Amino acid sequence: MIISVMVTGSPVSQQSAQTALSFCQAALSAGHQIYRVFFYEDAVQLGSALNVAPQDERNLNAAWSEFIKQYQLDAVICVASALKRGILNDSEASRYQKPAANLAEGFDISGLGQWVDACLNSDRVVSFGA
Amino acid sequence: MKTLTFLSRHAPFGTSNAKACLDMVLASAVFEQQVNYIFMDEGVWQLVRGHEPAGIHAKNTMAALQALELYGVENIFALEESLTERNLTLAHLQIPVRLCTRAELSSLIKTSDVVTAL
Repeated sequence: MIISVMVTGSPVSQQSAQTALSFCQAALSAGHQIYRVFFYEDAVQLGSALNVAPQDERNLNAAWSEFIKQYQLDAVICVASALKRGILNDSEASRYQKPAANLAEGFDISGLGQWVDACLNSDRVVSFGA
Repeated sequence: MKTLTFLSRHAPFGTSNAKACLDMVLASAVFEQQVNYIFMDEGVWQLVRGHEPAGIHAKNTMAALQALELYGVENIFALEESLTERNLTLAHLQIPVRLCTRAELSSLIKTSDVVTAL
């Protein structure tokens, strides 16, 4: 089955981003295909390369980034949500004249159209965090 | 074309959920999908006319509800029991909506390809 996943919950104050990661791992293990993971609202914080997790806690940003790279997943961060929360790639940082970009490896910044496209091209769309 | 159903369940101000849901509805409409936009629970407050959010330095995102028709979003529902619980009637609302019961909500969900609750 072709599955897309939307994550909306904050990775630092809600469990949903971890649940979504576990779901994706289970889906791939079971032989399903992941068409796209779309990060919306507070979940875009997963795309920051600058978060620091306490030593005895899991770094969920790093875990997602590694997972995306390992399976070469299409991982899209909503641009409107990202800009508001200070998640910027190089081109957005230069467009808005910000001192740095912080988008972690594996993620792309794009629009809600990518989520609609995921709906059109997937057998199931599963949301985490609402 | 797919049927995308949105359940908007949060009050218009206080969290960004209402705006996030509206943006998804508009994006889906731009891509010419069949959209069901359902207001339920605290979400029915979004429909009420006369919001003046400038007082709390918030943008009146719900003004965009008026534009739904232009975007071709015609299937707009309010869960009747959510209105009743809050002493609201259709006369309080800023746009025309269809009332739906829990049973009708179930069938709308059942006939949808993707359901998003925000």
